[in-house]
Amino acid sequence: MSTPSIITAAETETPDLHVLERPPQVLNNRGPLWVTDAVCSIVEGKTPLWWYAAIAFTGTFAAIGGACILYMICTGVGVWGSNSPCFWAWDITNFIFWVSMAHAGSLISALLFLTRQKWSLSISRAAEAMTVFAIVCAGVYPAIHIGRVWFVWFLFPVPNSYGMWPNFLSPLLWDVFAVTSYLTVSSLFWFAGMIPDLAVLRDRATTKVRKFAYGIVSLGWLGTARQWRHYEMMYVLLAGLTSVLVVTVTTIVASDCATSVIPGWHATIFPFYFMVGAVYSGSAAILTLLLPLRLIYPQLRDLITPSQLDKVCKLLLMMGSCVAYVYVFELFNAWYSANPFERGAFWERFTGSCSWYAITCLSINLTVPQLFWFKAVRRCLPLVFILAILCNVGMWFERFMIVTSTLTHDFLPSSWGNFHPTIVDILTATGTLGIFFTLFLLFIRFVPIMSMNELKAVLPGTQPHAGAGHSNNSTEETH
Amino acid sequence: MSNFFPRWANWLPLQLLVCGLVIGGPITLGIWYYFTPKYTRVGYQPDQPVPFSHALHVKQLGMDCRYCHSFVEVAGHSNLPATQTCINCHGQGKILPNSPRLAAVRDSWETGQPIPWVQIHRLPDYAYFNHAVHVNRGVSCYSCHGAVNEMSVVYEAESLSMKWCLDCHRAPENFLRPPSEIFNMNWHPASPEAQRELGTKFKEEWKVNPPVNCGGCHR
Repeated sequence: MSTPSIITAAETETPDLHVLERPPQVLNNRGPLWVTDAVCSIVEGKTPLWWYAAIAFTGTFAAIGGACILYMICTGVGVWGSNSPCFWAWDITNFIFWVSMAHAGSLISALLFLTRQKWSLSISRAAEAMTVFAIVCAGVYPAIHIGRVWFVWFLFPVPNSYGMWPNFLSPLLWDVFAVTSYLTVSSLFWFAGMIPDLAVLRDRATTKVRKFAYGIVSLGWLGTARQWRHYEMMYVLLAGLTSVLVVTVTTIVASDCATSVIPGWHATIFPFYFMVGAVYSGSAAILTLLLPLRLIYPQLRDLITPSQLDKVCKLLLMMGSCVAYVYVFELFNAWYSANPFERGAFWERFTGSCSWYAITCLSINLTVPQLFWFKAVRRCLPLVFILAILCNVGMWFERFMIVTSTLTHDFLPSSWGNFHPTIVDILTATGTLGIFFTLFLLFIRFVPIMSMNELKAVLPGTQPHAGAGHSNNSTEETH
Repeated sequence: MSNFFPRWANWLPLQLLVCGLVIGGPITLGIWYYFTPKYTRVGYQPDQPVPFSHALHVKQLGMDCRYCHSFVEVAGHSNLPATQTCINCHGQGKILPNSPRLAAVRDSWETGQPIPWVQIHRLPDYAYFNHAVHVNRGVSCYSCHGAVNEMSVVYEAESLSMKWCLDCHRAPENFLRPPSEIFNMNWHPASPEAQRELGTKFKEEWKVNPPVNCGGCHR
């Protein structure tokens, strides 16, 4: 596909048809062995010093976050700033922030796999890992935000001597099932994709422990044609399931807000709102994770190409524009509804006690992604990194704006209130960041961070129709 | 291709499975059986300061529950009798005035200190329960306290677990009985069908609509 010069005008007899060259997915004409070495060397080499330093740093934050959670459980939710009327504050803000970030990982890996978008192959594994770890971080909050965490089993249909049963009409219960099935399926999808690559690590292992450990997790993979046949069928099915779950899970998380009657939440646009916000924040998160990785491991620069990163930036731009549309539409809707409570909620959002959250959110999310219209911006990777982090920050403020600013101002002036985070709120939030990055560092060190088997399939030399482009006019003699 | 696993690993999955079953199975079954009020509460029969026999007083002598538990129809709390109630019959010149088994009653009467009865049926403080509402709407003493008229020493007959409460609150027609038979410990419905027919009638007539939401009892 990368050598259209072979096809001369005379051979194809379509002199005016100009076949655009597809950008190669792996640069510098690398071979399959090079790909294996490049990816495996990250796992097999000596643990670098920066890795120890980084995991000590993130692990400390994670430990402080854990200590805060323990303190909260032992003392009560009063150690948080959450109080009437803002019963949902940083806890649910962080939950939605993380669970939304998870969605882009699934979307990029599963949906782009199903639509045969080869450009996502190099980033899909890291995106799936991000999904799983983000769900883990999200999962911390629903359990602890109930305050009495030892009653968390009330959420599950367990036969008990209290005669209690969950209320299946509640969107909060749908949430439990949505997030747990999402965690299950996305973990399976992530793991299933890794099996052939883990078998490679097993075969290359030099110590007994590594051989044993990778032997267990590669589930007896031998790479026979029969195994590949079943494997690919399973992978397609899991990809289909994951793609559907992305939509349903976001919709259900959005229902937590949308099925209530609170002005500012009670809107049918919420599922779409959460969906585009999810993909937007997730794309930004992928860029935030991949760009430093590419800096640390130079061999990855041939695998994660500028053209692929360019496409992620475009995805970010598109989703950022959708998010901007929703912001404007929400305001229009509040005005057009002629409902004083609805109008009041939005007026309060931008002028009230929590207004700086909304102003930060809008000023980032309306401007930063729009910079990606410019190719020069998309190609300047340090700038992309900074802008991606800004997008994530903006999305966190958006989640806070939706969840907590709305709660400060409902129908009755007597139940209007304010929210101030405590130090425990803040350290718990940084703690989940610590958990996320700790898990990601472990992922880099112990698991192949790219799908070697899929990457090898798009190497220039391994294409059965190499040189034929994707035109149906291509004929056998071009080989 | 060399062996990935050492020889001892062949039996590892089976060993793990057996260990899981041997350890996990009994733990699950043990919690299932021993950690429920059915096991921890039912049959609780503490020693009382006075060997008062309900079997003697109610079954043989035919006393009514309300002679001693006098406020059960009008108060949320069903009272234990004051020592005065005992002395009505067991005072000087009456029944067994000098029995050593009644020494604690006489002491209480002389000193004015109440008899330290040991509470058996104990609901947690976070559960609201009103005796009067129940006995005035067709729930018999028997339904919760069992055949007290047969007990020489009172014990807890029912689990008083939340599910046990809800079993009746969700389907009161299985337990409601005629108002005349509330304090009759010997009344039994002719058949389960007859009970349901009768119970359904009372439920509709009295508009019995027991709360099944959390706030009904956990106020």
